[in-house]
Amino acid sequence: MNLIHYWRAMWGIVGRELWRFIRQRERFISALVRPLIWLFIFAAGFRAALGLAITPPYETYILYEVYITPGLMGMIQLFNGMQSSLAMVYDREMGSMRILMVCPLPRWFLLVSKLFAGVAVSICQVYVFLAIAWFYDIETSWQGYLWVLPALILSGLMLGALGLLLSSFIKQLENFAGVMNFVIFPMFFMSTALYPLWKMKESSELLETLAFYNPFSQAVELIRFAFYQQFNETAFFYTLIAFVLFMSAAILGYTPSKGMMMKKGGR
Amino acid sequence: MREHSLKSLEALSVDSLGFSYAGKKALDNVSFKVNQSECTVLLGPNGAGKSTLFSLITRLYDSREGKIQLCGYDVKTQTQQALQRLGVVFQQTTLDMDLTVMQNLRYHTALHGIGRKQADQHIQQELERLEMYDRRSEKVRQLNGGHRRRVEIARALLHQPSLLLLDEPTVGLDIPSRQSIVQHVHRLVSEQGLAVLWATHLMDEIYPQDQVIVLHQGQVRQTGCIEEILKTTQTSNIDDAFKQLTQGAKQ
Repeated sequence: MNLIHYWRAMWGIVGRELWRFIRQRERFISALVRPLIWLFIFAAGFRAALGLAITPPYETYILYEVYITPGLMGMIQLFNGMQSSLAMVYDREMGSMRILMVCPLPRWFLLVSKLFAGVAVSICQVYVFLAIAWFYDIETSWQGYLWVLPALILSGLMLGALGLLLSSFIKQLENFAGVMNFVIFPMFFMSTALYPLWKMKESSELLETLAFYNPFSQAVELIRFAFYQQFNETAFFYTLIAFVLFMSAAILGYTPSKGMMMKKGGR
Repeated sequence: MREHSLKSLEALSVDSLGFSYAGKKALDNVSFKVNQSECTVLLGPNGAGKSTLFSLITRLYDSREGKIQLCGYDVKTQTQQALQRLGVVFQQTTLDMDLTVMQNLRYHTALHGIGRKQADQHIQQELERLEMYDRRSEKVRQLNGGHRRRVEIARALLHQPSLLLLDEPTVGLDIPSRQSIVQHVHRLVSEQGLAVLWATHLMDEIYPQDQVIVLHQGQVRQTGCIEEILKTTQTSNIDDAFKQLTQGAKQ
C-alpha cells in the first residue's frame, strides 16, 4: 500500500462527490435557496426588530443582514454535513456504501476522504452564496474572502464529522426526520448564527450558556472573525476539539468489530 | 513445500465460522474452502445465511467465532491485503445511477489505486469482454438490469482479483441475461484460473464441474462436487438432493 494509492483513492472519492453535486442541479439550487431566503426575507424583516450593538469583530453598527451572513455560511455547512450523513445512510441502505467499505484501504481513511469530499462541496456552496450576497452589499475585503477559507475548512470538517457520527447511529432512512428535529434545528436556533450571545442573555442566561457551548456557535464565530481577518482563538480550539471528538467517535462507529455496525449486524 | 503449494491454491478458507443476530445464530460452525480455477456454488434457500457469510468475508461485519482467510491472508488481521485480492458483486446494485458506466468504473479503479492509463486499459478489456464498451458513456440509470449486472461484474474484475464473490447476481434477470452471466463467469474460471464463490438458489446455474456447498439454517449441510452430493443423498438430480438436505428444521 503506497501513498499514491491513498492519493488516488481520496481524489476519486472527492471527485465523485463534486461531480455528483454538479450533476444534481436541484441539490445545488436548494442548498443556495435556503440561506438566501434567510438573508433576503427573514433578515430584512428582523432588521428593525433587532438592534445590534458594536461587538467584535465589528467596529461599527451593522445591519442585521451583515450579522447573520456568517451564521448562514455555517448553516450551509451544517445542512451539507447532514445531507452527506443522509447520503451515507441512503448509500448504506441501497448498498453503494459497500463498494467503498470493501476497498483495500483503512476504514478511517475512507471516512476522512468522504468527509473531505463533503467539505469541498460545502465550500463551493458557501462561495457561491457569498458571490450573491456581494450584490446585496454584504461584503468584506478580498483578504477576508481568503481568510475565511481555512475557517470554513475546519467548521466544515467539524460539522461533517458530526454528520458521519450520526449516520453511524441511524439505522434507517426514515429515522432521519429525528435528526432534523433533535440535532439540526436546536443546533441552529440555539447558536450565535441568528442572535449574539448578549442578546440571548437578556431573555435567558441558561439559553446563553447552552448557546456558548454549542459547537455550531463556535464554528460560526470562527467564520465570523475570519471573514473580517481576525482570529478567534477560543472558537478555533473549541471547533478543533469538537472535530477530533466527533471524528474519533464516527470512526469507532464504523469499525466492524467495535462500533454501531456491530450492533446493527450482530456478533 | 507441498503444504505451501496447497495453501496457495486456496483462494478462500472459512474455518469454524459463527455469527449471531441478537442472540439468534445466523451461521453456526461453517467451514469450507474455495480453490483457484474452481467455481463453488453456495446453494441455500432464503435466510440460509448466504448474505451474512458474504458480509463476513468482505469484513462488512466482524465475527469473534472462527477464521476467514483470503489467499492466505487473515481477513481480520490482514484486512487490506485480503481485500486487495477480492472482487465482489453484491445482491443489490451498488452502482451510482447518476454517473456514467465509465465514471463508475474509474471510481472503483481509483479506490484500488490504479493509475488512469492502466485503469482505462482494464476498463476497455473488461467491458469489451462483456460487450458493453460501446455503452461506456451512458448513465447507469439508462441501462437495463442485465447490463447493470454486466457492468458490476466488469467492475469487480478491474483490479484483477484472485477470488470473485457473487451474491445472487442473476436475481430478477431474464433468461438470456442470466445465461450470458453464468457462461461468462464459468469462462473466467476455466480460462483465467479465477476462484469464484457464487451464492444462488437457482439450480440451473450450476455446471457439472462446479463444487457445491449446501447451506441451510446457518449450517453447512453438504460440500463436494455434484457427483459426491448425489451419491451421499442417494438422489438422481441436484434438485432432489437440495430438497432433501434443506428439509426439516435444525435440531
